[in-house]
Amino acid sequence: MLLGEIAHTRSGDKGDTSNIGVIAFEPEHYEVILREVTPERVKAFFGDLVKGEVERFELPNLHAVNLLLHEALGGGGTVSLRVDAQGKTYGAGLLRMEIDVD
Amino acid sequence: MIRIANGQGFWGDWLEAPIHLVEQGPIDYLVLDYLAEVTMSVLQKQKQEDPNLGYARDFPPLIGRLAPRLKERDIKVVANAGGVNPAACAKAVLKAAPGIKVAVVHGDDVYNRLNEFQNKGYEMRDMDTNQPISAIRSRILSANAYIGAFPLAEALDTGADIVIAGRSTDTALTLAPMVHRFHWPPDDYDKLAAGTIAGHIIECGAQCSGGNCQAGWESIPDMANIGYPIVEANADATFTVTKHEAAGGRVHSDTVKEQLLYELGDPTRYITPDCIADFTSIRLADTGPDRVTVSGIRGGPRPPTLKLSISYTNGWKAIGTLVYSWPEALAKAKAADRIVRQRLQSLGLEFDEIYTEFFGVNACHGPAAPSNPDPPEIQLRIGVRGQDRKSVDRFTRELIPLVLNGPPGATGFGEGRPPVREIVAYWSALIPREEIQTTVEVIS
Repeated sequence: MLLGEIAHTRSGDKGDTSNIGVIAFEPEHYEVILREVTPERVKAFFGDLVKGEVERFELPNLHAVNLLLHEALGGGGTVSLRVDAQGKTYGAGLLRMEIDVD
Repeated sequence: MIRIANGQGFWGDWLEAPIHLVEQGPIDYLVLDYLAEVTMSVLQKQKQEDPNLGYARDFPPLIGRLAPRLKERDIKVVANAGGVNPAACAKAVLKAAPGIKVAVVHGDDVYNRLNEFQNKGYEMRDMDTNQPISAIRSRILSANAYIGAFPLAEALDTGADIVIAGRSTDTALTLAPMVHRFHWPPDDYDKLAAGTIAGHIIECGAQCSGGNCQAGWESIPDMANIGYPIVEANADATFTVTKHEAAGGRVHSDTVKEQLLYELGDPTRYITPDCIADFTSIRLADTGPDRVTVSGIRGGPRPPTLKLSISYTNGWKAIGTLVYSWPEALAKAKAADRIVRQRLQSLGLEFDEIYTEFFGVNACHGPAAPSNPDPPEIQLRIGVRGQDRKSVDRFTRELIPLVLNGPPGATGFGEGRPPVREIVAYWSALIPREEIQTTVEVIS
């Protein structure tokens, strides 16, 4: 199924890094997110849009993870030539990632 | 309990929001966050052209409009509207609302102290690239230290109606009324962290009350009249996020969680001038319709340094678009892109980067977007940036000719040549906090 069926997201920027908060709708799906939404898979999912590494931090209290996508905004802020220079739509894009739930 | 509402998430936010917050129900403090990193450089340029400018110009007329109500309901305002010229901002506010008492926080602007800092041996290395500031010294437009809640609380202690700051942190605007009213000491880090997180939740305005919300966005009530957020803060550092009942929008743990994660780094170390907040300690509970109660927050000691926000010029850029219609819209747009690049090369023009996006195919999500082989139309968007303004300007003349001399079916050139813009980039560095001494000036 798609990540968007069990989670919602919000993304933004810090310089040339975009962050994506991934939040489970139901607490029991937090473990699924931990297992499926790995930094490696997220980096592969966005391909050459993300030049740097992907980091992941866990917030079990919110049933959420915070992903940092480094060198992902074409230089970031005012330098970037991308339409989404602030990474506002990365979170929405990730909702399409295929995951296994069981 | 005190009610703190945020009516602006950035300079350019909805003008009616602060009015609605004051009119639709009780609040004690109205905070307005006007500044982003880029804003400071824009304001600095305005100040260079006119020494009476350099602040958020929306602010004085807003206070003029609200002043009678603020007095009547004893609502205090805390805003970082001062930008790079808080004194001029205060003067304009007093002109718009005579009889009001204004407190101005000075000391964050270090533009004229950079030589002093360099002479003291501070390299002010960029926190991302680790380069010393000497690399960009001659191109700096503005330099400000992020200041925390205590200088703002001191300004509230004077009994002022309006507190005007320059580059305070966004979260400090919300924490300051709590420090002022509850007398929290500078080493009570758990409480300061709670107030900081309350500030983070409301600092982007409606982004915690139903705006830009992925969770159930289509069912969020009356978005046209969306309510901006209110924090009901208690002396024990628990708080409830809510909105006025008459307003639209939604406050729910889902909407609050999305905002908690917005622009977050390491959640265990959210660093501010006042404390280091731990987002993994937050406990949320839906305690009523449009009410989310927050508790359990832990924090650690404030850092020995303050962050500098420095802007500098870094070349030029321009971005142009054309629209190609069906049939073979994508193939035509791709051919046009190749032609532009070939023509730029033939002219011998060099750029730091040429970047192309195809709207309708890959602009937002790149390779993660599914293929769209036969779209009804595609917008081609080509951007260039470089150090030579003339080359960037030449690029802006290369798009429209394609309508007649490139692939068929091009339109969308009605705006003419795209503008050439100077790139103002952002540099962040650390400075020992003792270097920054703030003062409060009361004007009425």
